[in-house]
Amino acid sequence: MKKSLFHISLLAALVIAPTAQAADITLLNVSYDPTRELYQDYNTAFAKYWKAKTGDTVSIKASHGGSGKQARAIIDGLDADVATLALAYDVDQLYEKGRLIPKDWQKRLGHNSAPYTSTIVFLVRKGNPKKIKDWDDVVKPGVSVITPNPKTSGGARWNYLAAWAYALKKNNNDETKAKEFVGKLFKNVPVLDTGARGATTTFVERGIGDVLLAWENEAFLAQKELGPDKFEIIVPSLSILAEPTVTVVDKVVDKRKTRAVATAYLEYLYSEEGQEIAAQNYYRPILDSVAKKYEKSFPKVSLVKIDEVFGGWQKAQKTHFADGGTFDEIYQK
Amino acid sequence: MSKKHNNVLPGFNLSLGFTIFYLSLIVLIPLSAAFIKTSTLSLHEFWVAVASPRVVASYKLTFGASLIGASINALFGLLTAWVLTRYTFPGKRIIDALVDLPFALPTAVAGIALTAIYAPNGWIGSLLAPHGIKVAFTPIGIVIALTFIGLPFVVRTVQPILEDLEAETEEAAASLGANRWQTFTKIIFPAIAPALLTGFSLAFARAIGEYGSVIFIAGNMPMVSEITPLIIITKLEQYDYAGATAVAVVMLVISFILLLGINGLQWWNSRRNSRAI
Repeated sequence: MKKSLFHISLLAALVIAPTAQAADITLLNVSYDPTRELYQDYNTAFAKYWKAKTGDTVSIKASHGGSGKQARAIIDGLDADVATLALAYDVDQLYEKGRLIPKDWQKRLGHNSAPYTSTIVFLVRKGNPKKIKDWDDVVKPGVSVITPNPKTSGGARWNYLAAWAYALKKNNNDETKAKEFVGKLFKNVPVLDTGARGATTTFVERGIGDVLLAWENEAFLAQKELGPDKFEIIVPSLSILAEPTVTVVDKVVDKRKTRAVATAYLEYLYSEEGQEIAAQNYYRPILDSVAKKYEKSFPKVSLVKIDEVFGGWQKAQKTHFADGGTFDEIYQK
Repeated sequence: MSKKHNNVLPGFNLSLGFTIFYLSLIVLIPLSAAFIKTSTLSLHEFWVAVASPRVVASYKLTFGASLIGASINALFGLLTAWVLTRYTFPGKRIIDALVDLPFALPTAVAGIALTAIYAPNGWIGSLLAPHGIKVAFTPIGIVIALTFIGLPFVVRTVQPILEDLEAETEEAAASLGANRWQTFTKIIFPAIAPALLTGFSLAFARAIGEYGSVIFIAGNMPMVSEITPLIIITKLEQYDYAGATAVAVVMLVISFILLLGINGLQWWNSRRNSRAI
């Protein structure tokens, strides 16, 4: 009896000891699809920075998937220390559905908790055979357009709203005309993939479509991976400012006692080095000094903000993408 | 009591109890969760969720394509099973093993492979495209994917019955003056019909729930090529848990009624046959 008790305590000591001594921290960053390459680079940089600053070893795991799906996984109990998602609406749900973060989460970090931005551009085939220069060319009959389904893809919602914003501006804010315009656009769509990467595959690998509406970073990446001799990036006269947002998941970091390192992880995204890494991965930096340095890589384009044109994500989601919204109406007429 | 005595094997109560417990744990409790989640909706909300035109179009597509897929499988699965049991030829074992492949393959892999082949720039797609036939990204593509994943069900249920059905019975029929067609319709078909029906209903049920392989080849256009499982995913994507489970419940009920009907048909068939003997 005594002996077995001794064994148990020995075992317990063995199990407890490592956590008590060395500060080996793990973080889980739950992100969306196209940030794979960005966070691969950033995680290494942050681990180095944190080691130098505190002596602790931090290893960061990243999980990628459709933005909405990832938010749902966190709500359903995935222990994410930080969430870095495609749009504020998905992060909002962490408060709305799970009460995992406070209501005013977006005020906690600079720039509305969006450490980098992006926009929507066109990817066309080499030589631009259909002469696509702006949104008006995309809705012309005979042009085949590839975009994912806005009901299932965060990126596709940005596409949809960018087209809508362009039509609004062109027609003096006439909502009916805007709907007609977007309706015409979707008439030209032969396949609706469920996610941004799927749409890129359809366009690039299957050879379907004349133009792909894509995240700017995704378009740059496709061009880099597949060679500039195959595709060209076309920047429309007006597009939307996409702000992917980040947050610490309070319930999780309090439970796992990782708040300090998780917060530092997100704050470091705003530092010079973090911004450099974002820019190298084709996200538009927000820090002026870095933005200036990479000025040439990002074409100038007039960008509208979702809060100004659509009154924020909650409203845009309800008007356009919820069941019975404008997107459903386009297909049910 | 008397019933108990009639059982030759011991442990009826224990095994029945275990069966019910096991079925509850694995099947009934998860399914009832769907019904409970749905009950948070009012009747009107439920109706809006399950009967909007987009959702109704998806029911038609899912059940229609599944039915066609399962029917194709019933025909060609029977043929495959027949060839595999009645003839010997080089490479037979390999073909036999190939039949199971759709079982083992991750459905997403099947979907991507089929799409690559049937897309307008794929091997088969590029041959069909000049004739104006589009397969990938249309309902035809969905039928092909569902046929692919359902094949093993029919072959594997019919094969053992055919193996048991000795070739002598066919010879006997022939020696009694039956022609080939009569031998098939009067002797072979009644014997394998129940198994064929089982295989058909399994393939059908599998096709209704299929998501992974279809999603790549479907094109997912609302009202045209959007399957019901995608509608459910779409609703989840909008954090509409109740709406998603409402559609799931409708699917469950329709599937259950259909499978019950097929089972009933089988029961009626076996009774008719046993009376004939």
